[in-house]
Amino acid sequence: MINILGAGLAGLSAALTLAEAGIKCRLISAQNSERAQSVLAEGGINAALDTMGEGDTTELHFEETMKGGAYLADPNAVRALTDSAPAVVTKLAGLGVPFNRNPDGSLTLRSFGGQKKKRTAFAQSSTGKMIMTALTDEVRKYEAKGLVIRLPHHTFMRLLTDGVQCSGVRIKDTYTGTFYDLSGVVIAALGGLNGFFPHMTTGTVTNSGTAAAVIFAQGVKFANLEMIQYHPTTVGIPGKRCLISEAARGEGGRLCVMKDGYPMYFMEMKYPELGNLMPRDVVSREIFFARRDQGDVFLDMTGIPEDTWKNKLSDLREEIMHYFPLDPKKDPVPVEPGIHYFMGGVYVNANHEASMRGLYAAGECACQYHGANRLGGNSMLGAVFGGMTAAKSASVYAGSGSEDMSVYSGEEPLDCELPAGSDERLGNILLNGLGIVRNGNTMKSALDRLNEVQCATAPEKVRKELGRAMLLSALGRMESRGAHYREDCPDTLDAFADTTVTQLAGGTVRVTFEKIPERNTGNGNNV
Amino acid sequence: MEITFDILRRKSADEKPYIQTVTIERGRCATVAEALDIINTEKLIDDPVQWERSCKQKKCGACAMLIYGRPRLACDARLDEFPRGRIKLEPLKKFPCVRDLMVDRGVIFANLMKLGSWLDENAACDDTGVAYDASKCLQCGCCLEVCPNFYSGGEFFGASALTASSRLIGETPAELGKRLYGEYNGHFFRGCGKSLSCKDICPAGIDTERLMVRSNAAAVWKRKKRS
Ligand SMILES: Cc1cc2nc3c(=O)[nH]c(=O)nc-3n(C[C@H](O)[C@H](O)[C@H](O)COP(=O)(O)OP(=O)(O)OC[C@H]3O[C@@H](n4cnc5c(N)ncnc54)[C@H](O)[C@@H]3O)c2cc1C
Ligand code: SF4
Ligand code: SF4
Ligand code: FES
Repeated sequence: MINILGAGLAGLSAALTLAEAGIKCRLISAQNSERAQSVLAEGGINAALDTMGEGDTTELHFEETMKGGAYLADPNAVRALTDSAPAVVTKLAGLGVPFNRNPDGSLTLRSFGGQKKKRTAFAQSSTGKMIMTALTDEVRKYEAKGLVIRLPHHTFMRLLTDGVQCSGVRIKDTYTGTFYDLSGVVIAALGGLNGFFPHMTTGTVTNSGTAAAVIFAQGVKFANLEMIQYHPTTVGIPGKRCLISEAARGEGGRLCVMKDGYPMYFMEMKYPELGNLMPRDVVSREIFFARRDQGDVFLDMTGIPEDTWKNKLSDLREEIMHYFPLDPKKDPVPVEPGIHYFMGGVYVNANHEASMRGLYAAGECACQYHGANRLGGNSMLGAVFGGMTAAKSASVYAGSGSEDMSVYSGEEPLDCELPAGSDERLGNILLNGLGIVRNGNTMKSALDRLNEVQCATAPEKVRKELGRAMLLSALGRMESRGAHYREDCPDTLDAFADTTVTQLAGGTVRVTFEKIPERNTGNGNNV
Repeated sequence: MEITFDILRRKSADEKPYIQTVTIERGRCATVAEALDIINTEKLIDDPVQWERSCKQKKCGACAMLIYGRPRLACDARLDEFPRGRIKLEPLKKFPCVRDLMVDRGVIFANLMKLGSWLDENAACDDTGVAYDASKCLQCGCCLEVCPNFYSGGEFFGASALTASSRLIGETPAELGKRLYGEYNGHFFRGCGKSLSCKDICPAGIDTERLMVRSNAAAVWKRKKRS
């Protein structure tokens, strides 16, 4: 019996992989899959399917993923990812994901940032929702067979561990308030750290980050926490940032500032080859500087042809018109970068094993595949493939763990509400230190302010430590790389071409830098 | 200008509900969801209101509740739609209440299980876009709330199962569709009164009528082409 925490893309994919191998698992999540952040994904999923006659290859997908991530990802893991991508997307199509197709029936691919070939398979601009519907149905087939035991409305409390081996997990039924201790190894697929930046991200509030903070407090190593992706094009809507998918630029949208009444397309002027589709870290930084020096930045989609709006971007147009009194077909939309994705997370190797035995992590909560900057379309791929890989690795423990859910009736200090405003306070401190453009002084003053924070409850305490780990990781990396740009250290230095690893030990957060594995020669370890 | 919420509250399903009234500055929030967030995070009332939410952009279905008597998504209910300045918030009534505005929609998923909502074979490409429209379903339950024929525990599963069925039927060649057609007939077609209240209310804008027409053609009138 294997315990999977989280029922987004990564959790569903892990459950399906185990079930297909006849291994039983529990799929535990705060909410049903329909409510997971994965349903928000819009633009698409990458695979070098080469259906557009451009001669794309998995090797090129590998190279661009490594380059986009500023060479901070594990090359063997990335190689396995990009090699498997065509099979992953073909499998999803078989499960009924209504991908857009070419007249010959093959999947249509669109351009996405940081990629010179069309490589992103999509279902209009609701790709995540479409994949989630199909995967949820497929997993249901195995629920009916008793191989997947669903526990929705159950939240993670803590790992059961002696500090070396993870032997299970404590969860709480949020409907009844009952705690259960479950035995068996654990795959964490808990999503990103959005809740550390409340109201400031494009993601969901369910991913509060408290689960990750608890896992960190239990001694599990985390990696690359300073690598926070700001998506170039977001808009403020009530209570959050709303994404305008990169698909808008992939299909012809252009970034501009207005000068003397005329649009100036600054990305195209500065980066003639990839223009508006440079990797996200670069685009967000350019927008940051343009807004600082030249005024508002707009996404000009007025040149996108009518049939593209109709067949590829209909949901996007509807969404923009819903939140703005303007039609993107006719008027440029004012945009700003917003926090969108966490490249860092639980430190895992290419097999998705965490530093604690018996614990695996996949999807956005793990550090894998994206290095210092994620390419659009690689995250859904990483979540699905990561879930598969974690499940295969964890299956060596298939025989251990039991089906019993033993009721725990002792104290659980982690089970309490956060005091009013505590999340916002932490979020504002972190935002000050971890913006698009950073420097040592602002990070240090953020750390000082963090030190002053008084914590009344156990969840606040663990959250504060993971927040500290983010700031210390950023301070320790005295260079600029990918999403981590420091005004006071603007160059990329070979000395820092290593993974930032952080751990809470003996009450202290420590940051070290660990060597990235060498690339295996041969054809990669296709899982 | 202020806006007042009358919130139907109870600590558990067995408790007698009562109304708690909270007033909040209009300019501070744009939607019901945002207002509830402020009420809770700023502790405008002692005991936070329990409600379900996730995406805050009408894409996950979590926050469905009765707003001024209508089942809607709280994150999609703009306060400027309510110039009178007083809004009643209640939990959906067709599902058991867990606490306050939070209900247990487990029956929706239990019904999808009974319906056998999965493909038996790899999907065949569907060129009508039915799968796309149907896959948008949030499983929020708003359609069930207004459906005259749906009740929890009954054999008629309502529009949230129509969407699931329609996707599967749309993607399955006629010669392999027998099981799906049977489930569709038994759990949807026979019980549906075609009032189309579901179409009017659906926050995902799903054209349930179109899905019915396509699925009826295949499952009831056997007009789907064999592959
Ligand atoms: C608006 C938007 C658009 C995007 N577009 C794209 C795109 O086009 N292409 C792409 O590749 N990527 C995209 N992404 C990123 C991608 O969608 C996510 O990174 C990916 O879906 C994450 O999947 P996941 O399974 O790791 O996590 P999630 O889908 O976030 O799932 C996390 C799961 O964990 C559960 N959970 C969380 N906390 C707890 C807890 N304490 N206890 C129990 N359960 C818990 C949740 O209920 C959920 O089931 C986008 C993201 C956003 C926000
Ligand atoms: S059909 Fe519409 S109203 Fe009904 S569950 Fe699906 S999204 Fe909600
Ligand atoms: S048409 Fe009427 S009876 Fe049929 S599902 Fe919709 S609301 Fe229910
Ligand atoms: S919170 Fe997702 S639909 Fe309202």
